[in-house]
Amino acid sequence: MDNGLELRDVRITKDGAPLLEVSRAVSSGEVLTIMGPSGVGKSTLLAFVTGTLSSSFEVTGGVFLNGEDITDAPPHQRRVGILFQDDLLFPHLSVGQNLAFGLQAGGSAASRRDRVVAALSEVGLEGYADRDPATLSGGQKARVALMRMLLSEPCALLLDEPFSRLDAALRAQVRDLVFARARARSLPVLMVTHDKEDASAAGGEIVTLTPI
Amino acid sequence: MKSRRLLPFLPALTLLAMLGPVIAGLYGTVMPAFGHLPAAGLTGPSLDPFREILAWQGLPRAMWLSISVGFISTLLAFTIVALVVAGWSGTRVFRVLEGALSPLLSVPHAAAAFGLAFLIAPSGWIARIISPTLTGWDRPLDLLIVQDPWGVSMMAGLVIKEIPFLLLITLAALGQIDTRRSHAISQALGYGRLTGWLKTVFPLVYMQIRLPVYVVLAYAMSVVDVAVILGPNTPPTLSVQIVKLMSDPDLTMRLQAAAAALVQLALVVFALVVWRVGEIGVAWFGMRWVARGKRGKFDPIVGKFALFAGATSAIAIALGLAVLCVWSFAGFWGFPDALPEQLTLRNWMRHSSGINQALCETAMIAVVVTLVALLLTIGCLEVEHRHGLRVSTRGMWLLYLPLLVPQTAFLPGLQTLLLNIGADVGRLPVMFAHLVFVLPYVFLSLSDPFRAWDKRNSTVAAALGASPDRVLWRVRLPMLLRPILTAGAVGIAVSVGQYLPTLLIGGGRVETLTTEAVALASGGDRRAIGVFGLMQTAAALVPFAIALFVPAIVWRNRRGLKNG
Repeated sequence: MDNGLELRDVRITKDGAPLLEVSRAVSSGEVLTIMGPSGVGKSTLLAFVTGTLSSSFEVTGGVFLNGEDITDAPPHQRRVGILFQDDLLFPHLSVGQNLAFGLQAGGSAASRRDRVVAALSEVGLEGYADRDPATLSGGQKARVALMRMLLSEPCALLLDEPFSRLDAALRAQVRDLVFARARARSLPVLMVTHDKEDASAAGGEIVTLTPI
Repeated sequence: MKSRRLLPFLPALTLLAMLGPVIAGLYGTVMPAFGHLPAAGLTGPSLDPFREILAWQGLPRAMWLSISVGFISTLLAFTIVALVVAGWSGTRVFRVLEGALSPLLSVPHAAAAFGLAFLIAPSGWIARIISPTLTGWDRPLDLLIVQDPWGVSMMAGLVIKEIPFLLLITLAALGQIDTRRSHAISQALGYGRLTGWLKTVFPLVYMQIRLPVYVVLAYAMSVVDVAVILGPNTPPTLSVQIVKLMSDPDLTMRLQAAAAALVQLALVVFALVVWRVGEIGVAWFGMRWVARGKRGKFDPIVGKFALFAGATSAIAIALGLAVLCVWSFAGFWGFPDALPEQLTLRNWMRHSSGINQALCETAMIAVVVTLVALLLTIGCLEVEHRHGLRVSTRGMWLLYLPLLVPQTAFLPGLQTLLLNIGADVGRLPVMFAHLVFVLPYVFLSLSDPFRAWDKRNSTVAAALGASPDRVLWRVRLPMLLRPILTAGAVGIAVSVGQYLPTLLIGGGRVETLTTEAVALASGGDRRAIGVFGLMQTAAALVPFAIALFVPAIVWRNRRGLKNG
């Protein structure tokens, strides 16, 4: 597939014991949801896609992004964004600096600032650039984390149980925002979750991993 | 991009910096011990150096001192710490004691020893305070309390200094294992707080702190500065005798020194083996004790006694520093007045130029060595992170090795080796020698927080397009500012406190606050000792204050790093 994210015949084993097998593709603007009990290797699969899998795992198969084989590319050159259940905003940077960290290098200082400001207003956080991330509410942090990831202009988005720390009311709101922003940018999205509601809200194909 | 080329070599470089001098030093000890010393025109092999050292009448006593001081002080300090943690951890009293002992950890051994000497000597502060009202003494008793022939005051000095160290090591180990639940269950089964802890938690903790305990034992057996200040004179401890022989202008005395150094090494190895056998014995009796199911009738008494001992050691160090301070400002101070007749700045003025020079030398060595140690440590930990490696138990042994080999066993050899190859003694070799001891402590201090850092931060940063170097410099190091500065403070404190490497490898020409202070020991000028001892303590303590305040100021608007 030339447009989207493809996991081609991926098979992960640890210490010789098979852990998981998956072969699926997700096209731009679509969501592929991977479900399964904890310990089945959902996060391991994401680590494989981001390129941060520990060397104690052995993998066959590959990851392709827009037709390009990124299986062996270094993590920072894959253009694969990821959101975890924790916002993981860098605590030593302000909200604006966090966003600027994601921004691709280049451009004048003024234009970079403008893009940060625009990103904040896109999610209703005007004037938050100088705030300490630790002073934000859970929903606000989630929105900043999302925009930081989008500013880095990824070609695919991974979601690792991204909404499980948010309370019910906030959860639907943040979830809709994430999916809407990803769709607006035509990103293929790969989500792992154990929450059925998240899976059905995603509206895409659902793969359930079972221990093998 | 330079770091990418350099980084893979840092672990090997670190091992070389840490173990190279130890191995070279041991080699340099073995050769002259068997009569081979080209610098003095002697070629071996011969057993004469051993014959001569065995013929020294003080040897049995010196060897016995090394053994008795090492075992008794280590056992006492360790028992007190174990019982205090067992009986009190988690209580408010414990937090107070921990808070009092933590800063005392970095007080240099020499300063603590001087402080203790000034407290307990017949003309010390305690005698002055209770005289003449309680005792009727109007002149100091003619009693050899400090430098007593049995080494009791030396043991006391070591015990009060090792208690803070062992306590913090134990607390660090407690943080790595789940102790709360097994302790709670043992108490629910009717065990006393202390007995329950000893029976359920202690075995796990001891596995973690075994190596540091060995370090304390090896150190206590071979320490020089504390022995010079508090230890007996005739004969001195074996390690002090080695240093005496090394400083003899007659080069052939180095052969005897080398032979004595090997004897010292053998003693320490022997003691470590005995301790290990003791561990097995204690474990065996411990299992029987556990099986008998006694609930701990005497817990409250034992706990109170341990707490009293722990508090006493904290108070002794604190009062010792206080009396150093008083002496440094003392004008005329006759016995048995509790305080000097007048306070004056004259002592400080008189020593100001000496203090300045020694302080600059001390700071230069400590800062350079600590920076190098931090660079190597961060490099090693970063390599470990990037390549997903874990340090094995054997790796930990390597880290502790420089602290287990007695300083008196390899530093004389290192000096002789430098002499043989015609290398100059002086500041640079001293820095390398300090690095041997600073590196393990910096590594031990930084490795836990470095490894505990949430690696998802690095995944997110890489997903944002940041290269590994950018992740390190822009994310990881800033987030770890506090532990890095703390490790730096530990490194500086270790370097400031080094006596023997500075003396031997510096060839007597590198004068730091510590060598100057210890050199004053024989003269008995209490005012000068007060001045230098206090400065030495300040040089070790101020970096900790910096490590505390700098992150608080830099990250004042970053609540997420308040406890980081």
